[in-house]
Amino acid sequence: MTSAPVALPGLPDGITAGRFLEGFHFMLLARTLEDKIAALYHSGKITGGVYLGRGQEAFSAALAVCLRQGHDIFAPLIRDQAGRMAFGEDILDTARTYLGSVKGPMKGRDGNIHRGRPDKGMPAMISHLGAMISVVCGMLKARQFRGISDTVGATCIGDGGTSTGAFHEALNLAAVEKLPLVVAIANNQFAYSTATDRQYACKDLVDRAIGYGAEGYSVDGTDLAACLAVFDKAVTRARTGHGPQMVVGNLLRLCGHGAHDDGSYIPETIKSTPLGQDCLKLARQKMIDHRWATHSELEAMEAAAAEAVQQAVAQAQRDPAPDPAAETWQPLASRWLLETDHPTT
Amino acid sequence: MSITYLEAIREAQTRALQENPDVFIYGQDIAGFGGAFKATKHLARDFPGRVLDSPISEDAMMGFAIGAAIEGMRPIVEMQFADFSSIAFNQIINQAATHYWRTGIPCPLVVRLPSGGTAGSGPFHSQSMESLYAHYPGLIVLTPATVGDAYWMLLEAIEINDPVIFCEHKFLYYHLKAGALPTVEERLPIGKARITRHGKHASVVTYSAMVHEALRAADELARLGYEIEVVDLRSIKPLDTDTVLASVARTGRLLVVGEAFPYGGVTAEVIARVTAEGFHLLDAPPKRLNARDTPIPYHPNLWAAHRPTAATITEALRELLGF
Repeated sequence: MTSAPVALPGLPDGITAGRFLEGFHFMLLARTLEDKIAALYHSGKITGGVYLGRGQEAFSAALAVCLRQGHDIFAPLIRDQAGRMAFGEDILDTARTYLGSVKGPMKGRDGNIHRGRPDKGMPAMISHLGAMISVVCGMLKARQFRGISDTVGATCIGDGGTSTGAFHEALNLAAVEKLPLVVAIANNQFAYSTATDRQYACKDLVDRAIGYGAEGYSVDGTDLAACLAVFDKAVTRARTGHGPQMVVGNLLRLCGHGAHDDGSYIPETIKSTPLGQDCLKLARQKMIDHRWATHSELEAMEAAAAEAVQQAVAQAQRDPAPDPAAETWQPLASRWLLETDHPTT
Repeated sequence: MSITYLEAIREAQTRALQENPDVFIYGQDIAGFGGAFKATKHLARDFPGRVLDSPISEDAMMGFAIGAAIEGMRPIVEMQFADFSSIAFNQIINQAATHYWRTGIPCPLVVRLPSGGTAGSGPFHSQSMESLYAHYPGLIVLTPATVGDAYWMLLEAIEINDPVIFCEHKFLYYHLKAGALPTVEERLPIGKARITRHGKHASVVTYSAMVHEALRAADELARLGYEIEVVDLRSIKPLDTDTVLASVARTGRLLVVGEAFPYGGVTAEVIARVTAEGFHLLDAPPKRLNARDTPIPYHPNLWAAHRPTAATITEALRELLGF
């Protein structure tokens, strides 16, 4: 593939074609995987929910490629398959968790998008929106207690999640502690079926940043290059002691809330606006226009992504399901405090 | 020299901060001010940077502690009043309590809940929340009734690799004193109930401030020749069913007392276990006594008639003994 110098036409300062390609790679991998996961859901192979990041891959991947794996913290939410992969999550973790393999990180105890590996800097989200932000704050504080001052903690949320008390409390706390936190708000226009005019009444969600004492940015969430530039800046600012950063990505969810939802309430009029553009197609076209990759190179990437997904899904489908008889049924790390010897417990 | 229940809590935190660099304390007004009840008095001065004032954000306080805990720290969260932990309920029961089960990564933290009623405190500064937290898998729930337990159970709680809800009773803070702290050899481990008073005619199983009301009731009935056994559960979860059953085996009669509201809860749990596992041990239907099923009243006259007291426990025991 073409190697490219800094400051190419079509790219903001400081964003290399290599980094654009890296972002695109994870967008493509995520889309390919999620298309497969959705197909498995519709054919009855997946129990429970399936939540897709279609249309949000650029925003999600751009954040994670700006982070340092093994050093930073990334707390994804339900539409961050691309960011998860860019932060190093194994494709098998996704396949195994969705398909109920006992070998997955959650061992069948939790499913779908609730997976994580907290020991690798990726906490496992709970469903209650806004709840992960303060957890990331605490992880950052722990690093500081240990004398590590250059860890950045990033987390993602949607427009709906900004309405929670947890979001407000955590943003305020992060600013009070001046923590190196980056909050990515994917303003995808719908919280499940509720449009933004029933979610918030401020002119722009980014206006909330100043109220918390955070630095705020607004970006076209369909534009990978713009997302890379804004997250590069926000992560750098956080890392260099400028406190919490809030990035609002304006985009459209190109699917329903979950695979169970056809999203028929999303009007055609919004789909045809710039918000409704497919970030993956835009990024692909940009690479061709600027000759960062040829058609055949891109087709090879797509084939490789399909192969990787196929292998992971096949492996997960061969894995054993959790066995109730082998499950420990022990919710405590302190085994001696478990009550196991009474029939009423 | 004597030490109060509150001082024991402060001493335990001091020792934990001294001995374990991973311990820190987070809560409202706890740094320079020393806490609403002074449980952290001078600790910010003596341990700079490790006793931190939080905003009035119970949800974020708990999330913050959880994040630090899963990174290996040992946070202690002081809720200003147990009642306000309702704002943190989601983080406690959904995040902290499920974390080890879901991920295999422990979440070692202690939430200190200044619990229970005091005269004039009213509906929102008097609650006993132990039953709510005990309902959820993944939590340890402790209710110390003595100065020694306040000290040793808090120290042990900080060492436990799971989230611990530490219900300390505000009524005992200043009034309950001991000559000295028990030695480490004298301490009873978490998970074991204590026979606070031995007897043979009836068992009162209780915890926290109600232990002292039950002891007064036992004194009263001793004048009539009854020997009442008082069992201090100490730990609500785990619950020491064996010690309770052994006590009922000795007395044949069971009264369970709790300051919390009556529906469900610790008293119902104890009776359910005893009737299921020790029905044959009972010479009379088991009884329970709780606060009334109304919000906790403000006025001292009403409050005194709302929660169980030595007088109402005595009355309940008389009925039980007369069966």
